[in-house]
Amino acid sequence: MSDTTTANKNAPAPAETTLLPPVDVFEDAGGITLTADLPGVPKDKLHLQVEAETLTIEGEMKLDMPEGMESTHVEIASPRYRRVFTLSKELDTEKVTAEFDQGVLKLRIPKLAHAQPRKVEIRVE
Amino acid sequence: MFYRTLFPRDLFAELDRLQRELQQSYDLSPSIRGFARGGFPAMNIGNTPQSVEIYAFAPGLDPDGIDVQIEKGVLTIAGERKVDLPPQDGKATVHIDERFAGRFRRVLTLPDDIDPNAVSARYRDGVLHVSIQRRAAAQPRRIAIQ
Repeated sequence: MSDTTTANKNAPAPAETTLLPPVDVFEDAGGITLTADLPGVPKDKLHLQVEAETLTIEGEMKLDMPEGMESTHVEIASPRYRRVFTLSKELDTEKVTAEFDQGVLKLRIPKLAHAQPRKVEIRVE
Repeated sequence: MFYRTLFPRDLFAELDRLQRELQQSYDLSPSIRGFARGGFPAMNIGNTPQSVEIYAFAPGLDPDGIDVQIEKGVLTIAGERKVDLPPQDGKATVHIDERFAGRFRRVLTLPDDIDPNAVSARYRDGVLHVSIQRRAAAQPRRIAIQ
């Protein structure tokens, strides 16, 4: 699984700049777990897509801003998040599960059954 | 100056420093507490004639564990974010580790005309929104001409 957000130069550039959500990725014998921070995104504005071997995470923020508010200090300058990952063949994209709570997305991508490690018995004769 | 900073990590630290210095040279009179850009949580601040609105982007926290205090015109947001990664016991491999974990604390100076008793704080979708009303006396008033 690799991050292609910056590497993929052929992809059409989004019309406006998007934020790159920070992620943690770890792998164990059963599969890969990805955790991403997307603060400000409500559940219905989160879009996950797995197509072929590409995983796309997109989200749009919805903040309560009082009318006539003038920004004086801005560290988060775009309301949109987007990040793309390339998955690898041994991952079972049919069985991806996702949880999203308080701006934290947790994705679990299991490995295909035949790709899971098996202990090989060594017989001594 | 670069001869001892050729390792990639040091290079990034150097770029960070450069960016900070550039920023400082543009901002001629920064606040004494500065603004630690890139700290956790990221913050956006906005003003309306009636209030000051602060948005802290701090996903995945337990709302009870966030400490918001206003003292002598200074707002402090503090708390802790738990480590989500598995323990380094050799059973799991960490491929990417970018998310913030650990204790955090951010401090900012508020304008003089705020009312420390009229504060509301909400935590939704991982964003802490603190809204502080300005004192009525400080709000612009239209004066009728007789």
